[in-house]
Amino acid sequence: MEHLNYHHVAPSRAKGSKRQAIVGVVASGDLEVLVERTLPDTECEVNIRTAVEGFGDVWKAVVADFVERRSPGGLKLSVNDGGARPDMVALRLSQAARAVADQS
Amino acid sequence: MSAAWSWYEATARQRLLKLLDEGTFEEFIGPEQRETSPHLSLFDLPEQFDDGMIVGHGRLEGTRVLMAAQEGRFMGGAFGEIHGAKLTGLLRASREIGSIPVLILFDTGGVRLQEANAGEIAISEIMRALVDARLAGVPVVGLIGGRAGCYGGGGLIAGCCSALAVSEQGRISVSGPEVIETNRGVEEFDSKDRALVWRTMGGKHRRLIGGAEILVDDTMASFREAATRLIKRAPPLDAMTLEAEQSRLDQRLERFGRCEDARDIWASLGAADARSLPAMAYRDFVVLADRLEKPRHDAR
Repeated sequence: MEHLNYHHVAPSRAKGSKRQAIVGVVASGDLEVLVERTLPDTECEVNIRTAVEGFGDVWKAVVADFVERRSPGGLKLSVNDGGARPDMVALRLSQAARAVADQS
Repeated sequence: MSAAWSWYEATARQRLLKLLDEGTFEEFIGPEQRETSPHLSLFDLPEQFDDGMIVGHGRLEGTRVLMAAQEGRFMGGAFGEIHGAKLTGLLRASREIGSIPVLILFDTGGVRLQEANAGEIAISEIMRALVDARLAGVPVVGLIGGRAGCYGGGGLIAGCCSALAVSEQGRISVSGPEVIETNRGVEEFDSKDRALVWRTMGGKHRRLIGGAEILVDDTMASFREAATRLIKRAPPLDAMTLEAEQSRLDQRLERFGRCEDARDIWASLGAADARSLPAMAYRDFVVLADRLEKPRHDAR
């Protein structure tokens, strides 16, 4: 099991006021993302646990791209990975940011 | 998400949210509490924050219900220690309250092999808690229509429920197709013969032989309607119900005990063209099934 952790400075606070959301399932080729609004407004943290080892560079690039596109300030994202491809990871991260922006 | 959405394709969370009145679901021990399996990391396997079991409460057509839903895509929806304990706790709470019905959204292959002993114990604890809840007058209704079906210990728990609704895609059994083939040989059961699997364990057959009260269409709306109906007419668990169940099973064995195939059973029920049943559209089948074999609500 590989444990990856990325800290970013986000330009702005993530939209919405929901405290947390969860998207995806830990299934083959899929992943779950638990997103929690627990950090200061310009910080973003992504914690990843994956059984597929040795792809740190790809994770790093996908996470950096996500932070740049979504500006998820204040969000802590925790990922359990079931061997998802990078495109699926990018979609789930975006979906998590959208889910926590929804009012409820 | 529309009411016509496929139950089979949906995740456990989507099923829960769509089944209940909008905005009423509240989860117990949510994913943020990270109550994950203590066993999976030993096998270098990824965990899921809810361990594949979501429990909580909400309202169904205004009626308060307790809910549990298994995520069939995480480890095949299999029971482990935490996964099982969440359902045990929910059922024990329902017994204490004594009046709020419980809905269990099954989607499971049985016990998780990586935590087999804990999983097997969980199954027996759940069965005990379920029976105790029913003895206290709580209706416990099972809904089955997921990818993993309802197998192994899940099939045993389903058998303890007050009533079951199943879709054609859902399957109910204890030993799964591969298990039967491995133990008894391909002549006994060819697990690669998908038509055989579905006509032996699938929802239509279960409805016809009384293994489930209602056959539902593979939509959120159809499951919602069935759940609403079944929590209202759940039989009490008492000596009369058990006797009715025993006589129902005796009659079933007497009527169908010599049948070699599900199609023989359908033919002996009076289906004119038994071979046409698997391909029959939902609405046509429901009409036919009600004519061939009315569901009994005095047993279980």
